[in-house]
Amino acid sequence: MTTTDTSLALDKPRSSGRPAARRSNFELYSWLFMRFSGVVLLFLVLGHLLIMLFLDGGVHRINFAFVAGRWSSPFWQFWDLTMLWLAGLHGGNGLRTVINDYSRKDTTRFWLKTLLYVSVLLTVGLGTFVLFTFDPNIG
Amino acid sequence: MASTTASAAEAPQREAAPRAKGTLYRGDLGMWSWVAHRITGVLTFFFLFVHVLDTALVRVSPEAYDTVIETYKHPFMILFELGLLAAVLFHAFNGIRVMLVDFWANGPKYQKPMLWTVLALWVVLMIPAAISMLTRAITEMFGGA
Repeated sequence: MTTTDTSLALDKPRSSGRPAARRSNFELYSWLFMRFSGVVLLFLVLGHLLIMLFLDGGVHRINFAFVAGRWSSPFWQFWDLTMLWLAGLHGGNGLRTVINDYSRKDTTRFWLKTLLYVSVLLTVGLGTFVLFTFDPNIG
Repeated sequence: MASTTASAAEAPQREAAPRAKGTLYRGDLGMWSWVAHRITGVLTFFFLFVHVLDTALVRVSPEAYDTVIETYKHPFMILFELGLLAAVLFHAFNGIRVMLVDFWANGPKYQKPMLWTVLALWVVLMIPAAISMLTRAITEMFGGA
């Protein structure tokens, strides 16, 4: 084992071992993004859950025809696309923070984050592709 | 013993100084709401991953999509849907609280009453939701007779 476990103790904010703060403002922007996307997602996701789980019999009425009917409207296409992107990035950024906090080896952190980024790219990319190329007459 | 004068005299005083009430965050309610926020967020992320994949089957064929969506219609799945709703609702309401703590001048002062509000709102919405969903699942399982 050449990799070392990072100690759980943190350096003091001004100790020389700590990298200089504010090399970029990325963390600030990601923090702001979590707040703003959170507000928008609140309406999109709770609305989505209300429609899908409670109105007119909940999940039981959902099938291919239901989705085809829904996505014939640009309003719902836009709703779902916005929700997909915001939820993907909000959740991805949240998990990035969790990984940064708890992985103690640099290699673990690297691979967990690679896995995370691949899965976010896969889901957001695939979802976007499906929304733009959906064909109700595919059958 | 007598040689340590000033510092020794101050030490017990410093130790005895009581912590100001409300400044201890670790182990307090605020910390647990933070833990719960993380757990509900991570759980929702994993659901989202699966959900995007199952919805993407509409691009494969209507049969493929309908087959997979059938699994969501099993009465037992109501419990998972209820769990998802519970996680998302807490995450949403506590998220508003987090924003108020961050952006509202009095937010940190009222973080605890706001947490009770979040929990009360959560319970108030979860009860009718659970009743509605469980009733549907139960009538489906036993109502056929």
